[in-house]
Amino acid sequence: MAYLSDQEWTAIALSLRIASVATLVALPFGVFVAWLLARTRFPGQSLLDGLAHLPLVLPPVVTGYILLLLFGRRGPIGMFLFDTFGVTLAFRWTGAALACGIMGFPLLVRAIRLSMESVDRRLEETASTLGASRFWVFLTVTLPLAMPGVVAGLLLCFAKALGEFGATITFVSNIPGETQTISSAIYSYTQTPGGDAGALRLTAISVIVALAALIGSEWLSRRAGRRVQGL
Amino acid sequence: MLDIRLVKRLGATEIDCAFEARGPVTALFGPSGAGKTSVLSMIAGLIKPDSGHIRLDGDILFDAAARVDIAVHRRRIGYVFQDGRLLPHLSVASNLDYGRWMNGLGRNAERMNQVAELLGIGHLLKRRPGALSGGERQRVAIGRALLSEPRLLLLDEPLASLDAALKAEILPYLLRLKQQAGMPMVYVSHVASEVEMLADTVIRIENGRTLAPA
Repeated sequence: MAYLSDQEWTAIALSLRIASVATLVALPFGVFVAWLLARTRFPGQSLLDGLAHLPLVLPPVVTGYILLLLFGRRGPIGMFLFDTFGVTLAFRWTGAALACGIMGFPLLVRAIRLSMESVDRRLEETASTLGASRFWVFLTVTLPLAMPGVVAGLLLCFAKALGEFGATITFVSNIPGETQTISSAIYSYTQTPGGDAGALRLTAISVIVALAALIGSEWLSRRAGRRVQGL
Repeated sequence: MLDIRLVKRLGATEIDCAFEARGPVTALFGPSGAGKTSVLSMIAGLIKPDSGHIRLDGDILFDAAARVDIAVHRRRIGYVFQDGRLLPHLSVASNLDYGRWMNGLGRNAERMNQVAELLGIGHLLKRRPGALSGGERQRVAIGRALLSEPRLLLLDEPLASLDAALKAEILPYLLRLKQQAGMPMVYVSHVASEVEMLADTVIRIENGRTLAPA
């Protein structure tokens, strides 16, 4: 399309890629943490709960800075990853995905946990009398019945990841073609004389993407809801 | 044979039961709130007794003194709950198959047909639980428990949530179940007529305690 410059297209594609990867990688962890919080009791549970929710309450810049300290080239985890696997996250799109995934994580966990808590425990008991171990109860009863919450959590996490700005720009900066997302491209435009038109174009794109995600998840979640009600 | 001695404090009530059930059908009979359901839950392993033991055909399922407590899913005890509790996200056929999957049993179409015919649920297999009547749901629940090939079947007032007409609909199935399935059962009820019709042994429970056989 001629309306958008190459750099804008790159930012859009990169945003979608970062948000998708962030959400998909966060999903298994989110499901596991939600299950730990909803269905088990162990010492340190409130600490885990707090840690999972921390990115929601911390200023995003702080989260980004912590990531930089931990995952930067000289950070303990960053150094380990580079030395063992040759992987660098700081100032790369993969680092942006990490930052976005962590920022979206609390929303993902929260939605899944709430819907897991509303799953009828008696159905889980019933499954266990039929021979299902804890793992199979989770896989065949708890998770399918919590599916509307999983869908909602995925959407929230994806939306958060798509719009994430503060942690991302702090951790991986704003490098066109590598880490420049829609949000940071808009920010760059607003800092440039005559950038209004570009900022407006990307804003329109943001609205369209967000609406499409909302409608899609609404549809998915209605389907999942019908299934859960046994219809 | 089921050999039980159970002590459990649940809030204000204390359950203290001891009985031997030689079957085939043993009824736990007593007024509502006597603790019958709690006893079943302890046999199934859903509630842990404070002390006592549960032995089934010589195997120890629970023994407080010896610190044995076999997990629910390893006890192979079928449980038909008052309210059916079909898994709402699975079809009737998948509900019936669930126990077979979880216990790693081979597919047995003959057995499936036999149970479906016994309970008159063959025409419901493709439906979802939400589209069943209360009586149909309860019959599927019984079939599901049977098909998990349990060593013992627990039935907790399977007729209680049904109106009179539905009760009359299901009772004959229970009688056939007793005559044809050949599976030891513990049947909980507070209705004397049901117990008379089905049970070979009657254990009376009042205020959490077993009374001497009447």
